[in-house]
Amino acid sequence: MAFFKLLRQSPLSARIGMAMILINIAAAIFAPVIAPYGETEVVGDVWLSASKDHLLGTDHIGRDMLTRLIYGARNTIAIAFVTTMLSFLIGSISGFFAATIGGWTDLTLSRVIDILMAFPTLIFALMVLSVTGTSITALIFVIAVLDSTRVYRLSRAVAMDIEVMEFCEAARLRGERTWWLMRHEILPNAMPPLVAEFGLRFCFVFLFIAALSFLGLGIQPPTADWGGMVRENAGAITFGIFTALWPAGAIAFLTVGVNLIVDWFLHIASGLKD
Amino acid sequence: MVAKRLALGLLTLIIISLLIFLGVELLPGDVAEAILGQSALPETVAAFRKELKLDLPAHIRYFSWLGDLAKGEFGNSLANGRPIADLIGWRFSNTLFLATVAALIAVPVAIILGILAALYRNSLFDRLISMATLSTISFPEFFVAYILIALLSVQIIIFPSISNINEQMSLFEKIHAIFLPCLTLTLVVVAHMMRQTRAAIINIMASPFIEMARLKGLNRTRIIVLHAFPNALSPVINVVAINLAYLVVGVVVVEVVFVYPGLGQLLVDSVSKRDIPVVQASGLIFATVYIGLNLLADVLSIISNPRLRNPK
Amino acid sequence: MGKILDIKNLKIEGYSNEKWVEIVHGIDLTLDKGEVLGLIGESGAGKSTIGLASMAYTRQGCRIASGSIVFDGMELFGASKETFRKIRGSRIAYVAQSAAASFNPAHRLIKQYAEAPVQHGLMDFAEAEQKAIDIYRRLLLPDPEKIGYRYPHQVSGGQLQRAMVAMAMSCQPDIIVFDEPTTALDVTTQIEVLAAIKHITEQFDMAAIYITHDLAVVAQLADRIMVLRYGNLVEEGEARTLLDNPKEAYTKDLLSVRTFRKPTDQNDHNQNIILKVQDVSASYTGKEMVLEDINLKIRRGKTVALVGESGSGKSTLARVITGLLPPLQGQIIFEGKELPPDLKSRNREHLRQMQMIYQMPDTAVNPRQKIRKIIGRPLSFYFGMDRKKRENRIIELLEMTELPEKYIERYPGELSGGEKQRICIARALAANPNLIICDEVTSALDQLVAEEILKLLQRLQNELGVSYLFITHDLATVKAISDEIVVMLQGRIVEQGEKQEILTPPHHEYTDLLLSSVPEMNPDWLDNLLAERQAAQSL
Repeated sequence: MAFFKLLRQSPLSARIGMAMILINIAAAIFAPVIAPYGETEVVGDVWLSASKDHLLGTDHIGRDMLTRLIYGARNTIAIAFVTTMLSFLIGSISGFFAATIGGWTDLTLSRVIDILMAFPTLIFALMVLSVTGTSITALIFVIAVLDSTRVYRLSRAVAMDIEVMEFCEAARLRGERTWWLMRHEILPNAMPPLVAEFGLRFCFVFLFIAALSFLGLGIQPPTADWGGMVRENAGAITFGIFTALWPAGAIAFLTVGVNLIVDWFLHIASGLKD
Repeated sequence: MVAKRLALGLLTLIIISLLIFLGVELLPGDVAEAILGQSALPETVAAFRKELKLDLPAHIRYFSWLGDLAKGEFGNSLANGRPIADLIGWRFSNTLFLATVAALIAVPVAIILGILAALYRNSLFDRLISMATLSTISFPEFFVAYILIALLSVQIIIFPSISNINEQMSLFEKIHAIFLPCLTLTLVVVAHMMRQTRAAIINIMASPFIEMARLKGLNRTRIIVLHAFPNALSPVINVVAINLAYLVVGVVVVEVVFVYPGLGQLLVDSVSKRDIPVVQASGLIFATVYIGLNLLADVLSIISNPRLRNPK
Repeated sequence: MGKILDIKNLKIEGYSNEKWVEIVHGIDLTLDKGEVLGLIGESGAGKSTIGLASMAYTRQGCRIASGSIVFDGMELFGASKETFRKIRGSRIAYVAQSAAASFNPAHRLIKQYAEAPVQHGLMDFAEAEQKAIDIYRRLLLPDPEKIGYRYPHQVSGGQLQRAMVAMAMSCQPDIIVFDEPTTALDVTTQIEVLAAIKHITEQFDMAAIYITHDLAVVAQLADRIMVLRYGNLVEEGEARTLLDNPKEAYTKDLLSVRTFRKPTDQNDHNQNIILKVQDVSASYTGKEMVLEDINLKIRRGKTVALVGESGSGKSTLARVITGLLPPLQGQIIFEGKELPPDLKSRNREHLRQMQMIYQMPDTAVNPRQKIRKIIGRPLSFYFGMDRKKRENRIIELLEMTELPEKYIERYPGELSGGEKQRICIARALAANPNLIICDEVTSALDQLVAEEILKLLQRLQNELGVSYLFITHDLATVKAISDEIVVMLQGRIVEQGEKQEILTPPHHEYTDLLLSSVPEMNPDWLDNLLAERQAAQSL
């Protein structure tokens, strides 16, 4: 109920953001139903301009652009979402753990993370992918591990702030175990910043995968993927064919939507603090 | 404190070089086979292994690799056999050129806009600025780049969409050639840098000593210049350096869009060709610049923090 | 004497939940030249807001809605920014609660002192420097010639607070607004700052508004007192008249606070010792000792008060006893058996018998747990109670702490500070402990609320026979609740014994300093004390 009350009070910008995300999610879930053609079906000439049959024209080998865009939502969003979830699972558990246990565990873990973070993510990912080759599993794991360092930092910092409060000390003095502390004392209080961070990390991962695909090192064709679609159709831009802007715009559309909600969420989270 | 930070930076660099080296070691099979393919003759593989010094134990190879790096000898490319140093040299200077020009524009613009947005918080100007930054932060670099190409190189033909530069060009010609990639980078970095500058300034302006300065009846300019600025310096320097580091890395995608002959383009090409020595070398260069800038950020913010500068 | 400040029907609004709400409801306030006005009230009374409004200033999220603020014949409400700028700092100055936060960390003290007079065009820097040194000397700051050239973080808290008083004096203003300037200080440091303020306002015949929650403090300084509550005026009058003869019930309550006394039982020879601390020394770093050779005993059903100022090691001792900080030497003997030094090796039964209550009720309960879970967890954890038994016991505990049954469904955020502290007490009682360690449990509460908590704790002791180790810096609390007193200074015990014995002279030197520094309601107390101390020094 509290959730619906919150929704009713949401500002216009957040509602727009929610609508933007819902459109994307709907496209992703119902892709086979709403897409006019098959994902890899060649339906006409190369780079046809928009028409009644092909609302957004066709791509560099004559596939329907709208269909590719809809399937692209499915692949791109699903992979980014799974990666972010994985990154949060690794990052927040280890972050909470380090903060609650403290001592040597915390020190070692934090030093390792510092070093991983000192390394530019894109370059690191490129180097690892050059060794592992580009498979979707490798992609998800590499990005999740790299990204979990940022999640670790935030979760640890948030958990530290909570951990020093007396209610945690009280639980410790009662004799509660680490897991209970993490689950019942820390997690409920860490939720607001973590949820906002989830939005931000999702955007980052999503853009990151798009960039890798754009560089030809992410999701491989013929799977429809927005970053890859930009790459395939970019050559035509200089001839005045702007097909590549559709998938690029779709990426921007989703991230703007998520950011609008994150902004609103950060706003309430900071207001609730005192 | 500064010395400690520098030592930590050096340590990080060493560990990263080790990681880069080990990353290749962990490759299933070995590099020679990976590159030559399963069907290669055993003799060819053996000869190739010798050339790569793969027959020596790992720790010896690590130190000889590190020693060579220090001398500027990066070995040869696997793809075309040319010395890596030659490949990298002028491309690295091209990348630095692009990043420097972008930084020269972006840093002052971002700081000024950030301060203005913080001082006129919640005004129309501030809202416009935060809307603009929200969208540029959300856009992938290549989206910004292709929009700029569509507008300024296809619809109105002012700037080239392919930024080819060579040593014969004059500075003006070079700048004309890199105008679009430079603008792309600037737009992307300004947004981040501005947002963080704004947050840093707002944070300072809310401190009790600023309230005290107001209650002393000082004028606005004096409060900002003498009271807010010296304390905001440390966080703002930090923001700038971190964004410069971001810029150096963000350059990779932009270089690919504009087919700019820089280090990023080389790195991406080598990754798809699995030309591992080139990947190692260029990756290490990027990492060094990135770590260096982050280190600089920390050192400068230690130096510019009044509490740390004047210990008890 | 003419009026220097005349505020009429002042209404101030605060912004909360997306709308403006009135927080100060039409206050009238006048201040004569050279007069010191005390504004007193508990938290939420609006006293700081009114103090700042006399400079026509409001904090972020507040605004002056209506009224008139006339300073020396000038209307400030709705005046131009230029007018504000000319008056602030030069004619009305402000002294904040926290000097550490209010000094700019980037500049030396003397530069910040000189800023207002130089900027207001009253004198040049060299002259301001000379004046600063003079004022530092009058405020008895150590090394007055050099102290100004230090940075704020290089000076101790009490000295910094005096340096801020000096800074407010820099333009010799007509009015100084003191906003709780001694609240964050220890009692012995508070005296120095109070003496400095009293000295300087008398010497320069300055008008002042002194804001505080402590009636005894304001009694020393103010000519006239205004008692505020929830943004309304409760009572106003000459200081002595108001203290001797308060009219309103609320003022009477404020005055009678700290009168609660636990009855002392003279023929009590119960030697049933529950906790014994033997030769304990402890350290955080392994080098610097925070506690040295601590020996103390707590008897069953009795209260031992542990008194000391900040840094005396009293909270560290609590950490050692609970096992959070294993001692370097010595033993903790509980119910006749030695306890393992660190928390991890103590068993559930050890932990159950010793419970703790904290200073800040806001952070001592998890804001995301309902009261049911907060009090219920120890019940299932220690006694394995099922849902039904637990429910009954929680309600019983709520009754014992004088809270309504329906609170079981609430979150802590819906309760007041005092109620939250009662929840903490209920949580401690849920474990059926033999000893409760109370760490500054009343310090964060308003005085009237604190008094109720003390009475509750005493009643519970009488009913349940539980022992208390009562850690506090507040001597009024000590006098109220203790059976025995332990005085600590810099990690050592300087004096300990029965309450009567410690409170009746002759005292140990430090105990004497501590006891004599506690402000009393008598308006002549500060003058007498300073005269006494001076006399003692000249001997």
